[in-house]
Amino acid sequence: MLLIECPWCGPRAETEFSYGGEAGIVRPPDPDALSDGEWADYLFFRANPRGAHRELWNHAQGCRRWFGLERDTVTYRIERSYVLSPAGTGTPNVADNSVDAGAGSGSASGAGNGG
Amino acid sequence: MAAMQPNRLQQGGRIDRTRPLTFSFDGEVCEGFAGDTLASALIAGDLSLVGRSFKLRRPRGIVGSGAEEPNAIMQVGAGAAAQPNLLATQVELHEGLVAHTTKGWPGVRFDAGAINDIFGRMLSAGFYYKTFMYPRSLWKLYERLIRASAGFGRSPAAPDPDTYEHMNAHCDVLVAGGGPAGLMAALAAARSGARVILADEQNEFGGSLLACTESIDGKPAAEWAAGVVAELRNHPDCTLLPRSTVFGYHDHNFLTIAERCTVDAGSSGDGVASMRPPGEGVRERLWRVRARQVVLAQGSFERPLVYCNNDRPGVMLASAVSTYIHRYAVLPGRRAVVFTNNDSAYRAAIDLADAGAEVTAIVDSRPGGAGELGARAQALQIPVLAGHVVCDVAGRRRVRGAGIARWDGDCWDTVRSTIRIDCDLVAMSGGWNPAVHLHSQAGGRLAWDNSQLCFVPSQARQAHLSAGACNGRRSLGECLADGLRAGREAVSKLGMEPTAVEAPAAATVPENPIEALWRVPAAKDADRCPKQFIDFQNDTSVADIRLAVREGYRNVEHVKRYTALGFGTDQGKLGNINGLAVLADILGKAIPEVGTTTFRPAYTPVSFGVGAGESVGPLYDPVRKTALHEWHEAAGAPMEVVGQWHRPWYFPRDGEALHAAVARECLAVRNSVGAMDASTLGKIDARGSDVVEFLERIYTHDVGRMKIGRCVYGIMLGEDGMLMDDGVMARLGEQHFYLTTTTGGAAHVLGWLEKWLQTEWPELEVYLTSLTEHYSTIAVAGPNSRRVLESLGCDIPLDKESFPFMAVRPAVLADMRVTLFRVSFSGELAFEINIDSNFALAMWERVMEAGKAFDIAPYGTETMHVLRAEKGFIIVGQETDGSVTPVDLGMNWLLSKEKDFLGKRSLRRPDCLREDRKQLIGLLSSDDRTVLPEGTQLVEETGKPTPVPMCGHVTSSYRSACLGHPIALALVAGGRNRKGETIQAVLPDREPLPVQIVAPTFYDPRGRRQHV
Repeated sequence: MLLIECPWCGPRAETEFSYGGEAGIVRPPDPDALSDGEWADYLFFRANPRGAHRELWNHAQGCRRWFGLERDTVTYRIERSYVLSPAGTGTPNVADNSVDAGAGSGSASGAGNGG
Repeated sequence: MAAMQPNRLQQGGRIDRTRPLTFSFDGEVCEGFAGDTLASALIAGDLSLVGRSFKLRRPRGIVGSGAEEPNAIMQVGAGAAAQPNLLATQVELHEGLVAHTTKGWPGVRFDAGAINDIFGRMLSAGFYYKTFMYPRSLWKLYERLIRASAGFGRSPAAPDPDTYEHMNAHCDVLVAGGGPAGLMAALAAARSGARVILADEQNEFGGSLLACTESIDGKPAAEWAAGVVAELRNHPDCTLLPRSTVFGYHDHNFLTIAERCTVDAGSSGDGVASMRPPGEGVRERLWRVRARQVVLAQGSFERPLVYCNNDRPGVMLASAVSTYIHRYAVLPGRRAVVFTNNDSAYRAAIDLADAGAEVTAIVDSRPGGAGELGARAQALQIPVLAGHVVCDVAGRRRVRGAGIARWDGDCWDTVRSTIRIDCDLVAMSGGWNPAVHLHSQAGGRLAWDNSQLCFVPSQARQAHLSAGACNGRRSLGECLADGLRAGREAVSKLGMEPTAVEAPAAATVPENPIEALWRVPAAKDADRCPKQFIDFQNDTSVADIRLAVREGYRNVEHVKRYTALGFGTDQGKLGNINGLAVLADILGKAIPEVGTTTFRPAYTPVSFGVGAGESVGPLYDPVRKTALHEWHEAAGAPMEVVGQWHRPWYFPRDGEALHAAVARECLAVRNSVGAMDASTLGKIDARGSDVVEFLERIYTHDVGRMKIGRCVYGIMLGEDGMLMDDGVMARLGEQHFYLTTTTGGAAHVLGWLEKWLQTEWPELEVYLTSLTEHYSTIAVAGPNSRRVLESLGCDIPLDKESFPFMAVRPAVLADMRVTLFRVSFSGELAFEINIDSNFALAMWERVMEAGKAFDIAPYGTETMHVLRAEKGFIIVGQETDGSVTPVDLGMNWLLSKEKDFLGKRSLRRPDCLREDRKQLIGLLSSDDRTVLPEGTQLVEETGKPTPVPMCGHVTSSYRSACLGHPIALALVAGGRNRKGETIQAVLPDREPLPVQIVAPTFYDPRGRRQHV
C-alpha cells in the first residue's frame, strides 16, 4: 500500500485517496472544431509510460483536494507531490508549496524510496 | 509416560515435564508436554507416518522443524473452528488438541490412493493437462474426481466462531525474526532510542539459540537470549510480538504480520503473548505496520539432498534433528546415517551421539570431509565416510536402511556398486538457503554466492537491510555481529545516533567449504530409477523437471507451473534451489543464469479469518440509516440495501406479502396519497459568482435560463457522452443552486464536480457542499397530497397558480422551516419536503397524522420503482450501464444546442449516431400476465440456427396494479422506430414469449396528473 504525501495533509495511506489518471490532459477549448480522431485522442488515449508518470490523485477520505503526483510506474517510488497550478490541467505549480517526497520529513521519505 | 512417548529423552529440552498434555491424532489419544509442538509430540510418540503425498500418495514423515515442513500438514480442531492446512511443526501443543492428517483414504496408514505410486510413471508433470482434455464433454466428471482428491484438509462448513482483528502500527525499525541477528538488531535500535517492533513466528524468542550447544559471552546461548528479551521488554518503545509471522512486505515499507493470540493457558510461553482459552478473545490479529526501516533476520532453511526415495518417513533435515533433540528433548531415531555436503550436519551427528543414538556413519560427499567438527565427530567414534554418497533409501513406511556408494565428483559409474547400512533415520544437509522471501517481496535483488552455493540478498529496493543467516552469514559470531551492524545502520539511516553496543563473544568454528551436490545419480536413468524428490509437498521429482524441459519448457517460471515445484505452503522454501540446479544442469547453464521464481506474499499460509479481521457479518460494510430509520423498522418494513443505505422496501399491512403490499401502496398514491422517505438522494449545495457558468458546462440543459425558484430535471454525461447521473436541480438564488443526485452516485458526482473545478477550471469561483445527511427528504405524492400539506398549516399558498409544477419555495410547514419542491417521481401531484434531519421524524409523524383522513400509505422503494416505471422514468444503473447516451433514452429535449457541455462532442461520434443503437422502449407481454424477469434477453425470432443474435434486454419489469397488467422497460436495437412490432423474450425453462414494442410511457402519457 502506497504512502502518499498529500500537499495539504501530509503522508497518508493509499486507501484514503482515489486515483484520477494521467495529469496534464487538457480539455480542448473548442471540442466542436475537432475531428472524430482528434476528439478520440483526447478522450481515450493515455501515455501509459514505463517509468516516471505524472498523475492526478484526490484525497477523497481527507481534505478532498486534487493534487499532482510524480510516480514511477515500475518501482512505485514517488518523486514528489504538488499543488496544481491555477492554470489547471494538472501541471505543477512551481511557485506554490510543492512537496518533494524525497527531501521531506523522515517519515515521508523513509517509506517512499528506500534503497 | 515412557510407553506413550518412547522417543522422549529423560532430560533437557525446553519442555515442561511437570505439565503433561493429552491430545488426539487421527482419533488416537497421545501425550506430550507443555512446550512441545504437535510435530515434536508426534515424534516423541514414534508416530513417524504423518501424511500422504499430494499426487502419488506416498507415505510421508516429518522432515523439518519449522515453516519449511512439507509433509506434516494437519487439520487442527473440530467443527466450525477447525483450521485446515496447518504445519504440525508450527502448532503449539495444548490440552485437548485434536489433529487429523489431511491426506489418505480411508486413512493415512492404508491409503487406497497409494496405487498412484505404482503407476507413478504415468502421473508425471502435466499428466492432468494431457489426460483429461479429451473428450471435452467428460471434463465435468473429471473435474469432480480430481477436486475430490486434491487439496490439503477440508474447509469447515459453518461460520468461523472465532474473532479476529486488525491493528495499524507505525515504528522506526521493524525487525523480522528473533534469532541471534534479530535480537542484536533490535537491541541496537532500541538502545539508540528508536521505536522498535520485533516479531518472531515462534512462541519463544531466540530462534536457533534455543536449540544449540554454543555459548555467548560465556553463557549458554538460550540464557543470553532470555537476557536480551528481558531488556527489550523494559524499553517502553519496543513492542515484542512472539507467535507473529511477518508474511508480507508490500510497497512503501508496509508490512503485514499475522499474530496468533489465543494460546491454551497451559502451553509454555515467554509470558508476552496474551493467554486465553481457545474460543475466547481474539484468535489472530493482523498487524498492518508502516515501518521507516526494516531489518530482515529470518534465518535460513537447510536444503535436502536429492537421491532415490529421499522422501521416506525417517529422512529429515539434519538441523531439524538437532532442534528436536535440544529444544524438545525427543530423539527422532536410534540408528542414524548422516548425509551431507557441508560441515553443519556434523553437529546433528554429534547431538545424536550425545543423546544416546547410534550414528552408523556420516556420509560426506566431500573427499576432504569436515573441519573442526569432523575431528569432534571422530573423537566420539563416529565413522566418517568422506567421498561417499547415499544413493537410495530402503523401507516404505519407515526408513530401514541406506544404500551408500563411493563418489568422486564426476564419475557417475561408481554409484552402481552400493553397500547397505541399516538405519531408522537419515539426517541430511545439502547446504543452506537464506530466507530471502521478504527481501524479494520488497523488490530486492538476489545474487548467487558461489562459495556458499546459495542466493543471498543484494540490492534492496525499499528501506530494508538483511542480517544474519538470511544475509548469508553462517557462524553464530558472524550472525550476532551482522545483526548489530544492521541495527546500527537502520538507526543511522533514520538520522539518529546509534548507541555503542559491544558485539557479544561467540566462538567461531573453522569449517571446510561446501561442495556442490545437486543430485546423486542412480543406477538407472533418472526417468526409470526410484523417485528422486525435489519438492516433497508437490511430488516434483528430477524426472518431472527433465520431462518439462523435454517438452519445451525453458523458463524457470514455466517449469515451476508445469511441475508445481514450489507451490502450496512450500513457496520455494525447501526444494527451490535444488530444482533450479537440476534445471540448470539439464539446460547446460549456470544456476544464476536460470534465475529464481518470484517470491510473493504470503510467506506462510494465512487464515481467511485474519485477512477479514473485524469486517464480517454486520461489520462487513458500513450501514447508513436515514433519520426515519427507526420509524420504518417499527412499522415492520423489510429493508433494501442501496449502496450502503438501508431503505424501506415496502410497508406490509396485516402480514401482507410483497406483491400485495406494493399493489396497495401503488393504488394509494394513484388514487389518494402516499409518502416516501427519499432522504438518501445525494444533495449538493453549489454557490459562487461563477456557479452558472460551471453548471452550464456540467449539465446538458440551459442552466442560465432557469428562473429563481424553479427546478428542472437535469442530467450529466461523462466526456464519452454516456449518461452518468441524473436528478432534480433547483435555482435558489442568482448564484445559488441545489443539486440532487442518485442515491448511489452522490459521492462520485461530488468528486467529479470537484475534479473539474480543481484541475481544469480553477479560475471559476464555485463552492460545493454535500448536504446529503444534513437534510432529509419526505416525498408526499398523490391527488390528495396538497390537502395533506394544507392541513399541516403552510405559510405559502400551495395552489396550482401560486406554486406550480417544478417550483421550489422556502416555507414554514407544520411550524417547521422547510424547502418545498413541487416535483414528482410518480407522475402524480406531489411535493418533496426538504427539512433539517433533526426535525425529519417530527415532520414525518405530522404528515402521517394529517394523512390519516386520506388513508395515507407510507411506501417503499419497490412502489417507487413501479410508479416511475409506469411513467417511463429511468433509474441510472438500471436503464443505463455506462454505454447508454441520452439520445438512446429519448432525452434529446434535454440537450442544449446553444452551449458546450461535458460529453456533448462525443454524441457526434459515429458510434453514437448509429441507427441500430439500443434505445429505450416499453414492452407488453402477449399473454397479459407474464412479468418478464429483469435481464431477459430479447431476440427477433426463434428457430433460427443458434446462436440467435440478441437485439436487446429487459431493464425494468413489474406488475402494474393500476393498469392491471405487467409492464417492462427494455433497450432494443433501433427500438424507437419499431413501435407496434413483436419480438421474442427468451425465458428460462419455457417457450419464448412474444412481446410487443410500445412507447416507454404506460400511464398518463401526456403528464396531466402532475400539473393539477
